[in-house]
Amino acid sequence: MSIEISPMILAVFVPLFGAIAAFVLTRVAALIGLATLVLTTGAVIWLARDVLAAGAIVLPLGGWGAPLGIDLRADGLSVAMLALTSAVGFLVSIAALDSLKGADQVRQRQYFWPLWLLLLTGMNGVYLSTDIFNLYVMIEVIALAAVGLTVQSGSRAALQAGLEYMYASILGALLFLMGVGFVYLQLGRLDFAGLSGAAPTGALVAALALIFVGLALKTALFPLHFWLPAAHANATAPASALLSGLVVKAALYIVLRLAQYMPFPSENLLTLVGLMGAGAVIWGGVQALRAERLKLLVAWSTVAQIGLIFVAFARAGELGLTESWKAAALLILAHGIAKAAMFLAAGRIKDEIGHDVIRDLDRTPIRPTLAQFTFALAAISLIGLPPSLGFIGKWALMEGAMAAGYWHWVAVTMVGTLMSVAYFSRVFAGFLRFDRVRAPLGEHQGWALADAAPLTLALMAIGLGLLAAPLLSFLEIGYPFGVAP
Amino acid sequence: MTPDLIYGLTGIAVFGIGLVGALCAQDRLRRVLALKLCSVGAGFLLVVGAWREPPATTDPVPHALVITGIVVMVSATAVALALIRRLQTLETTDEH
Repeated sequence: MSIEISPMILAVFVPLFGAIAAFVLTRVAALIGLATLVLTTGAVIWLARDVLAAGAIVLPLGGWGAPLGIDLRADGLSVAMLALTSAVGFLVSIAALDSLKGADQVRQRQYFWPLWLLLLTGMNGVYLSTDIFNLYVMIEVIALAAVGLTVQSGSRAALQAGLEYMYASILGALLFLMGVGFVYLQLGRLDFAGLSGAAPTGALVAALALIFVGLALKTALFPLHFWLPAAHANATAPASALLSGLVVKAALYIVLRLAQYMPFPSENLLTLVGLMGAGAVIWGGVQALRAERLKLLVAWSTVAQIGLIFVAFARAGELGLTESWKAAALLILAHGIAKAAMFLAAGRIKDEIGHDVIRDLDRTPIRPTLAQFTFALAAISLIGLPPSLGFIGKWALMEGAMAAGYWHWVAVTMVGTLMSVAYFSRVFAGFLRFDRVRAPLGEHQGWALADAAPLTLALMAIGLGLLAAPLLSFLEIGYPFGVAP
Repeated sequence: MTPDLIYGLTGIAVFGIGLVGALCAQDRLRRVLALKLCSVGAGFLLVVGAWREPPATTDPVPHALVITGIVVMVSATAVALALIRRLQTLETTDEH
């Protein structure tokens, strides 16, 4: 039997070996990290070409097929998530080169690369897995690496937030594991293909509910979001960008997958999911309006945006689920790119002016205008103004809700949009008002090469909206799962 | 009441006790232990589920799952304990 190298194998194992190498060879860790990301991105592009040419691809690892072996599977949605991870990851890595260059950050530099590459391994693994136990292992890999990144700065606040995150993460994983166990005891199978044909009995619904609660805890769906704001606000800028832009998306992706394969058992449950999302939109918005620090505001806006993704998911009820997941997927992509840009920009602003108290943003003689511009561009996509990707996602959400006659979800989206305009305006006001500073103002102070990565991300968030049609048709490749071999 | 039902309910009860502890306990170490209890409950349930009437052999798949779960839990506990220790060191140096 010949050994065939598949891009799917590369996408999982290149980051894994990269992580080990970066951990051992600390002096060249950054170099290894960048090389790994380039290779992984190459593998994802290769995979995207294959999927475009041949549709969904299934790879039984070691020739052992499902249900006993582990299958890797790539379709439009998984490749889109892989591409998001590689693109955002690559740009955040470049930003990290600059933000971790200080002489007092040797330890941070040393641990950033192995942890981040391990995180990449876990995420790529999630997007290619086709059985729920494999998913459990991968989300644990993600959780351990993500906690490491949260506490990377070593400050007391970061450690406390990281520990809370750890508790939430372990508990979420255990609920997930318990659900996986129940599913196995019911069906005797763990792969998606086995799940897709199963009849929704009461016991199976209970098992899936456990899995869902576990995932909601990991993705910080209201009211299980309590750990997120502190964890994301106290991490270093590149770590926050990775945590908020990418990590929470892994659990969201699993929810999306499970919903594709196992139709929700009842309309009421779906409405409950939507209501939790609506709660997140409103509570996250209120807290973002009250936040005193820039990074905390951005973290609370993540809570609100994740809520919106769940609203998108529930927008047209049970019958509309075959279309609703696409709206949710678009919002996931839009949020991933824009939020990474925003956290990096917020980190740059904090670096330049020395603090991130929103009230005092307009009292500094230094104006990091490029970082502020990036922040504003990212906010445009998060608010959902045309032609950004965020606009396309919100439009898909509202169109489906209107078509199904679910006007309450349209109202929730509108309220969420207005609140996001309000809380981001608090920041813009700080960027724009000059009158409180009497000192001579250096207009171009605080421009740096480090602004390039977040600016590129923000431009992507705006520009990808123009490519929405090809993006949507790409997402549909290989769907629905049941029909695929 | 069959034995496997009793064992199954025990597993769920242990998980439940752990869950309450993880959500309600104040002490950091206590919460880690409560989470361990949760994992024991979940593992217990899987092992019980693998059991079959004597002529049939036990289902090995849940056992494999439990072993993986144990490995994951050991590393997660190690990370949590390391964090707690570091936090305690920081807190004691801050007080002086």
